[in-house]
Amino acid sequence: MSPTSNNLRTTVVDKLWRNNLTFVQLLGLSPLLAVTTSAVNGLALGLATAAVVLLTNIVISLVQRAVAPAWRIPLFILVAAALVTGVDLVSNALFDDLHEALGLYIALIAANCALVAQADTVATRRPVVEATLSGLATGLGALGVLVLLGGLREITGQGTLFAGMATLFGPGAAALRLNFHFSGMLIALLPPGAFFGVAALLALRARLTQPCADSAQ
Amino acid sequence: MAKGESNVVLTAVVAGVLAVAAFFGVRAAYDFSHERIAMNQRARLVARLNSVLDPALLGHDLTTTRLSFSDVELLGSSTPIDVFVLSDHGQPVATVLTSVAPHGYNAPIDLIVGVGADSSVTGVRAVRYRETPGLGDMINRDKSSWIEQFRGKSLLSPARETWLVKQDKGQFDSITGATVTSRAVVAAVKNALLYFEQHRDAIYNAARETAVTEHEPDL
Repeated sequence: MSPTSNNLRTTVVDKLWRNNLTFVQLLGLSPLLAVTTSAVNGLALGLATAAVVLLTNIVISLVQRAVAPAWRIPLFILVAAALVTGVDLVSNALFDDLHEALGLYIALIAANCALVAQADTVATRRPVVEATLSGLATGLGALGVLVLLGGLREITGQGTLFAGMATLFGPGAAALRLNFHFSGMLIALLPPGAFFGVAALLALRARLTQPCADSAQ
Repeated sequence: MAKGESNVVLTAVVAGVLAVAAFFGVRAAYDFSHERIAMNQRARLVARLNSVLDPALLGHDLTTTRLSFSDVELLGSSTPIDVFVLSDHGQPVATVLTSVAPHGYNAPIDLIVGVGADSSVTGVRAVRYRETPGLGDMINRDKSSWIEQFRGKSLLSPARETWLVKQDKGQFDSITGATVTSRAVVAAVKNALLYFEQHRDAIYNAARETAVTEHEPDL
């Protein structure tokens, strides 16, 4: 039992941090750069992405043994596309303002290469439990980066954090808004600001992991 | 060999089940959401129209009629654009023109212009634009109050020759660093007023006729 759960823990840590989709594999950058002008945008796209990765991983790992290998990826794409369409429609109905802000990027989750990478390496090859955890960890890893970058750009760009949470969680969440009493630098909200933000986060991550790499040698 | 064949059959069955499940899943999501999405779109349109109306009209029981007109020179678009007429018991009290400012800095600017029964502007909003962030996007009411200066203006006040930005010896402030954008918006609002002046009777008559045939839901 213990080696298995150890294995699962490794998987989760790997997807969340060591091999984080966005930070390390640098996949799925286009939605990341386009929508992270605020924490709430990042959170919304992150939640949608995580839900889709998790659910497709579960479905495909459930049927993987019954399906010929050549069929696994096409079926994965079918399931992912249906889920994304559903998420797109339902979010349009329930979170209209947010859907307006995220625009095409919810529909584009289906084309996120991160999803297919997951399908290829995990969902079609590993047992259900591992595939589920891996999907969850991958989704949460991407979600974390989206919120982090969204928050960073929101603070530096307009001097607030969690503005507009009401569009996702209802009027009560408006109180979450933090004001930093400075007007912000516009550049952080423009496309170059997205690259500066990613660069800063990558540098920070490298700084955090570097000492471990050194001591290992 | 036999094992391989059964695998093909099983694969086909699973693929078929997934395809059918995907179909009904998307269908259910559509059924759940399409009415709400239509309601959201309508609410967005109503909010947009209300933002350029005379505040005194809000709260009245008005009938909205959507008309379609086309004028490249004055409305800025070669395709027909929407003109909304709001009527109080059959009497037109306000008109909202969706006009295009063709000479925006980066791309044409889509505007909505509210015009009262006295032919003065009741409000202007930029609804779609690609102006430079930090400069030209000050036409957005959320970023600056610049666009409020049109409220209450008409072709008589200021005189129509002076519907220009101050740099061009006109009466309107321009946005610092975005004179091109300011010129484009001032000209487009003026043109919308000219169009309304020339076609006022046609617009009102069309609204009355349409309102008789199809009574749209109230605002």
